[in-house]
Amino acid sequence: MSIRERLSGNEAAAVAMKQINPDVVAAFPITPSTEIPQYFSSFVNNGAVDTEFVAVESEHSAMSACIGAEAAGARAMTATSANGLSLMWEMIYIASSLRLPIVMSLVNRAVSGPLNIHNDHSDAMGARDSGWIQLFSENNQEAYDNLIMAHRIAEHKDVLLPLMICQDGFITSHSIENIELIEDSDVKKFVGEYKPEHYLLNYKERIAVGPLDLQTYLFEHKRQQAEAMKNAKDVILNVSKEFEKLTGRKYSLFEEYKLEDADMAIVCMNSTAGTAKYTADILREQGIKAGVLKIRVYRPFPAKEVAEALKNIKAIAVLDKSDSLNASGGALFEDVTSAMYVNKMQNPVINYVYGIGGRDTTEEHIKTVYKDLEEIIKTGDIGNPYRYLGVRGGK
Amino acid sequence: MQNKVDTSATWEELTIGGNIYEAGNARTFKTGDWRSTKPIFVSEKCKQCGICFPVCPENSIPVNKEQKREDFDYDSCKGCGICAKVCPFSAITMS
Repeated sequence: MSIRERLSGNEAAAVAMKQINPDVVAAFPITPSTEIPQYFSSFVNNGAVDTEFVAVESEHSAMSACIGAEAAGARAMTATSANGLSLMWEMIYIASSLRLPIVMSLVNRAVSGPLNIHNDHSDAMGARDSGWIQLFSENNQEAYDNLIMAHRIAEHKDVLLPLMICQDGFITSHSIENIELIEDSDVKKFVGEYKPEHYLLNYKERIAVGPLDLQTYLFEHKRQQAEAMKNAKDVILNVSKEFEKLTGRKYSLFEEYKLEDADMAIVCMNSTAGTAKYTADILREQGIKAGVLKIRVYRPFPAKEVAEALKNIKAIAVLDKSDSLNASGGALFEDVTSAMYVNKMQNPVINYVYGIGGRDTTEEHIKTVYKDLEEIIKTGDIGNPYRYLGVRGGK
Repeated sequence: MQNKVDTSATWEELTIGGNIYEAGNARTFKTGDWRSTKPIFVSEKCKQCGICFPVCPENSIPVNKEQKREDFDYDSCKGCGICAKVCPFSAITMS
C-alpha cells in the first residue's frame, strides 16, 4: 500500500533519505536545499534512522566526508545547491573518478553572482562534464521517486558512478504538493543492502584507492568512466521498469508529452515541463499540435533516443535555464542539436535562455515560444537561433 | 576480475579507478630513475666502518650477513649524496 501525503520537494527528498537510511550523511546548509539536512538531522535525533550524520564546516568537507565514507564501504548521501556545489568542485571530480556511487540531492539554484538564491540550472550545468549521472525532476513526486531509484543505478556494477537528483529550488523544493510515498519496508527491499566488491574497511583485502595516475594510466581510467556512463542508460531503464512494477509510476530517459503527432515541440527540464505541458494542452484545444519533450536523464545524455523522438517535429525549441555565455546557445541546446546532426536530422531548432535567477516563466511566455515555432513552420525562416525568453530589452 | 596494473593493460583490463587490490606493492615501483646524480661505491677504499648505510634515507645500501655493505641498490637510490658526504675514506663518489 502506498501512503498519500502532502510534502514540499525538500521534505520529499528528506523522507526518501529516511527510508533509504544511508550509513552516512554529510551536509552543510545552503539555500534552498537547507531543509533537506535539517529534516534529516531530526530523523537522526529521534532515532528514525541509524545514519552517522556529519555536520561539516563546508561543502568541500561534506563531499570529502562522503568520499571517505563511500570508499570505506558505506552508503553516503548529501544535499546542496549552487555555490555549495561550487565549493565541492574539486571533490566531485574525485568522487566520480574513484567510482564512488555517492548520491546527492541537488536543489537547483543560480550560481552567484551577483548574489541570487533563486532557481536556475547553472549549478547542475556546471557539473555536466564531471562524470556524475544527472536526473532531473519535474515535481516533488519525481524528486522522491528518482531518489528511491538512485542507489540502484549508481551502485550497479556496470556503472559505479556518483549521481545527483536535481529539482528546482523554491519552485518545487518549497511548494507543498500531494505525493504518494512507498511503504518503508518496500523501499528497504527495493533499494537493498549496499555490498561493495572492494572497500577500504575490508580487513581481508588491503586495497589502495586513488593512487598517482600519470600519463600512462589516466587516459584509460577516463575511458572506463565514459563506458560506465554509457552503461548507465540501460541500467536506468531497467531500474525504472522495476520501479514501475512496484509503484505503477512509469519513468524513462525522457518523457514524451503529446509528441507523437506534434508539429512543434519544446524540450526542457525540471518544473518548466509542467508549465509547458499545461500550455500545450491549451493550444491543443485550439487545434495547434504542440508537444513537450521533458529530459529526465541529462547525464548520460540519451542522444540517439532524443533525436529519434524529435524526428518528425517540424520546429523545435530547446529551453535552457542556464546561459552558457558562449555566443552559441545553452548546454541542452548544444546536446540536442548535436544529437540531431549526428543522426542526420536537419529539423529547425531554436534555443531560448529563460528563467535566469528565478525569473518567473509563465504560460504566457511558453505561448510566445510556440507562436515563434508556428512562424518558423510557416515561413521556413529560423532567424536568430539564440534567443532569450522573459528578459527585459533586446531578445 | 580486472586486476592487471601495468602500462600494457587496456582500459578494459585495468582495475577500476586505478584501485590497487594488494598491499606491499611499492617494491614494484622503481623510483631510482628520479635520480640525477649517482653514488659510486669504490670498494678498495671502503673500510666497512658502517657509517654510510644507517644514514641512507632510502635504505639503498644493502648489508650482507657478515655485516658488510655491498654495492648500491639503484632501483631505489635517489642520488641524494648523504652517503658520499659522511664517508670518511672517500669510498663513495658522486657522478
